Amino acid sequence: MSFLRSEFFYNYRRSTSAVIGSALMLTFGIAVLIGPFLVAQNPYDIAALDLMDSYKPPVWLDGGEAQFPLGTDGQGRDVWASILYGARISVFIGLVAMIASCTIGTILGLIAGFYGGIIDSVIMRIADIQLSFPSILIALFLMSAVGTGIDKVLIALTAVGWVVYARTVRGSTLSEIKKEYVQAAKVAGLPNTAIIRKHVLPNVLTPLIVIATIQVGTFVLIEASLSFLGVGVPITQPSLGLLIKNGFDVLFSGLWWTSVFPGLAIMMLVFGINLFGDFLRDELNPRLK
Amino acid sequence: MLGYLLKRLIQMLLVLWIVSLVVFLMMSFTGDPVFMIVPIDATDAEIAQARRILGLDESLPVQYWIFISSLLQGDFGQSYVFRQPAMTLILERMPATIEMVVVAMVLAVVVAIPLGVYAGANPNGRLSRMIMAGSLLGISLPGFWVGMVLIYLFAVHWGIFPSSGRGDTAEVFGLRLSLATWDGWHHIALPAITLSLGTMAILLRMTRAGMMEVARQDYMKFARAKGATRHDVLYKHGLKNALIPVVTIFGLQLGDLIAFATITETIFSWPGMGKLLIDSIYRADRPVIVVYLMLVALIFVVINFLVDIVYTLIDPRITLK
Amino acid sequence: MTTTDNTLLAVHDLRTYFHTFSGTVKAVNGVSFAIGKGEVMGLVGESGGGKSVVGFSILGLIDSPGRIMGGKILLDGEDLAQAGEDRLRQIRGREISMVFQDPMTSLNPLHTVGQQMDEVLRLHTDLDAAARRTACIEMLESVGISRAADRLGAYPHQFSGGMRQRVVIAIAMLARPRLIIADEPTTALDVTIQSQILKLMRRQIADKGASMILITHDLAVVSEMADHITVLYCGKVVERGRTRDLIETPSHPYTRGLIDSIPDPANRHARLKQIPGTVPDIRNLPQGCNFRDRCPRAQALCAEQEPELRPQNGAQWAACHYPLQPGDSA
Repeated sequence: MSFLRSEFFYNYRRSTSAVIGSALMLTFGIAVLIGPFLVAQNPYDIAALDLMDSYKPPVWLDGGEAQFPLGTDGQGRDVWASILYGARISVFIGLVAMIASCTIGTILGLIAGFYGGIIDSVIMRIADIQLSFPSILIALFLMSAVGTGIDKVLIALTAVGWVVYARTVRGSTLSEIKKEYVQAAKVAGLPNTAIIRKHVLPNVLTPLIVIATIQVGTFVLIEASLSFLGVGVPITQPSLGLLIKNGFDVLFSGLWWTSVFPGLAIMMLVFGINLFGDFLRDELNPRLK
Repeated sequence: MLGYLLKRLIQMLLVLWIVSLVVFLMMSFTGDPVFMIVPIDATDAEIAQARRILGLDESLPVQYWIFISSLLQGDFGQSYVFRQPAMTLILERMPATIEMVVVAMVLAVVVAIPLGVYAGANPNGRLSRMIMAGSLLGISLPGFWVGMVLIYLFAVHWGIFPSSGRGDTAEVFGLRLSLATWDGWHHIALPAITLSLGTMAILLRMTRAGMMEVARQDYMKFARAKGATRHDVLYKHGLKNALIPVVTIFGLQLGDLIAFATITETIFSWPGMGKLLIDSIYRADRPVIVVYLMLVALIFVVINFLVDIVYTLIDPRITLK
Repeated sequence: MTTTDNTLLAVHDLRTYFHTFSGTVKAVNGVSFAIGKGEVMGLVGESGGGKSVVGFSILGLIDSPGRIMGGKILLDGEDLAQAGEDRLRQIRGREISMVFQDPMTSLNPLHTVGQQMDEVLRLHTDLDAAARRTACIEMLESVGISRAADRLGAYPHQFSGGMRQRVVIAIAMLARPRLIIADEPTTALDVTIQSQILKLMRRQIADKGASMILITHDLAVVSEMADHITVLYCGKVVERGRTRDLIETPSHPYTRGLIDSIPDPANRHARLKQIPGTVPDIRNLPQGCNFRDRCPRAQALCAEQEPELRPQNGAQWAACHYPLQPGDSA
């Protein structure tokens, strides 16, 4: 296998942080795929809940039960099960919003870079203005206008996420279309869409890998913040962020486990993504080598 | 210089105008504010009457015209909930937010710059690796969750810090500030630390990246060839160059702090304008939301403008034009 | 190598290696030479031949992953390869100073020219602020910068490339060092500026009685400036001798090739000769002579045995099994 002998793989094995990061990402990937099969209780099945089980502490504390390793919440819901179900929603939102942002941003960036002129100015001015405001505030404002829902969170995240792709792609498109092979393709009469698809697009995608990786983590955090504020996902589909919010309401009674464990889960997920993203950035940035 | 200022002023007004347009459009898609005003048992005639008074029976462009011209006349509308001018409500709460943001920013800078310089100057050291892992953790943590953990540990469990409110305030130049009293400092500590972590991590990473970039420059080696010490080369020649990219994101970071203050204030029941915004979103108190957004947009464009000015003071190659 | 009382710097068997992912790069692999007081030595070779690394090694400015693995660098008998960082700092800028290739990047963009000059005097002299200022102004004037007093407050970006290189030279000469290492000092400049800068450097060195190592790929430049020349190929000395001897009767085919690739202004229509082939991968050098794949005179012996540096005619030394004799054509 040539990949196993490549410099990329060599550096990967030597980088502790890259290995830890990808291990964390892999763990979450598996948990998201098979999580529901790992736990006996479906936390959204009211019939499976028993109020007698409410507010059980984690298993290693007095009163903890092996059945609920990380304790239970006020409805007798297993915190561990809630995290596995909640992580699915968080990861789903992060991934889908990233793919949507990447697609829309790349298309707009290609258009702006390739055609230039007024389209370019309009797209880039919108991007500039948007970039001068914090993403969380824009998302918060959009959510306050459209209301809660996974679909609406996706729209809000995409609305703030496309900008960074558009800018990067526009920049690399501009430098790409100056090159001789693109000029030659133009002279040869290849249609614009074919030039973009065959010559420009493949060459502008590399920097997007790093952005896309890290953005999944950013989106998970923004979604969690929105849900914590009550303007994110609905209570029937609690993400990790909403679990923390629910736990916050009982924190002052000393019931810390319902909020602390979902937070740790977010931290591990985003930390893993950022560790791996950092490694990718160093590897894919030829200037640093 | 004058031409530059004029150009920037026009740009700023343009941005504010676009923001007003977006805010207005988004707001007109959301629900019908007339029901926030009329009593529950209002008749159709009363509703129509209220609609006319609010200008809601007009077409969108006319409504926008009413909206923007009242903004320009200094009429920012009444809060549906408090029955007070929205602007007054926000201005009352602004000092609380600003002092928290300022404390958080100072904290972030004081911690991040020295650590970032150290980590950039000794990229392979054990301590540098720990600093970098810590900073990566800092950008991976949900800020609100850190706040909750701090509340649980310091307020609920150990009981050494208060979990909510501003504490005692004192009047300084007409502003009520927590920072003027010990009790206020006691109250601001946890929220300010919570708020500062993300910015701290980002500033640290920018500083380190700047130092590492600068370390490769010829003028660093030339300075060493002159006989300067490694320390002098790093701090006298490197630091200033390394901080240029940090300055450029300083404005954005200040904006982020104001934005994230909404969440921090909600957790710590800090009576600032951020908590007012969240409460107003819950209550669909549209005028307060609109004024908050316009005011914050104004703050952001002014900050960005000031950052550009500071930038030219640091870097002689940049001239204002 | 003969070391006399007149010798300022003698380098013996210097080895500087870089340890990288793809193997050890022996950038400088057993280089020896000596420079007398007041002499100018040309250090010549193609890019990637290890010339700059020699310069940085002398000043102890080799950064990781590079390291000086062996050899002696004797400045007036003191071995700089063994000197500590504190001692090296006293020497840098004071005894030995350096002029870099690109004046656009060797000055700090955020400090004024005055600050950057003043730094040298603060580091190496006890002069007070006023005396330092006077010294800086005099130095700037002597490198041909007018209105020197006003220019002290200017930033590097306010100068042209040629003017910046004058400033760099002024900084290098300021503490009256005994040796200047000039690393391709004119390569980044316009052709018209090049000769001005070279003249300036020659005059400065003559005035102050300093010595100079002129590192360049351009034999034409050194033939005008240098008293003697050392030719490097793949981190090793392949030939050295008095400038005139070496240019008129080169012994090593590589030197011959370098000379032939100088454009001849008298015969503009002649086709420029090039050395065929490229510099071999320095991480993976072949057995025998490193130059043999590009050499018109190579024979079986060249692939088996690496030639030693041997005296050829008089003071001229070359590392070649089949050196050129006077009158030979390549």
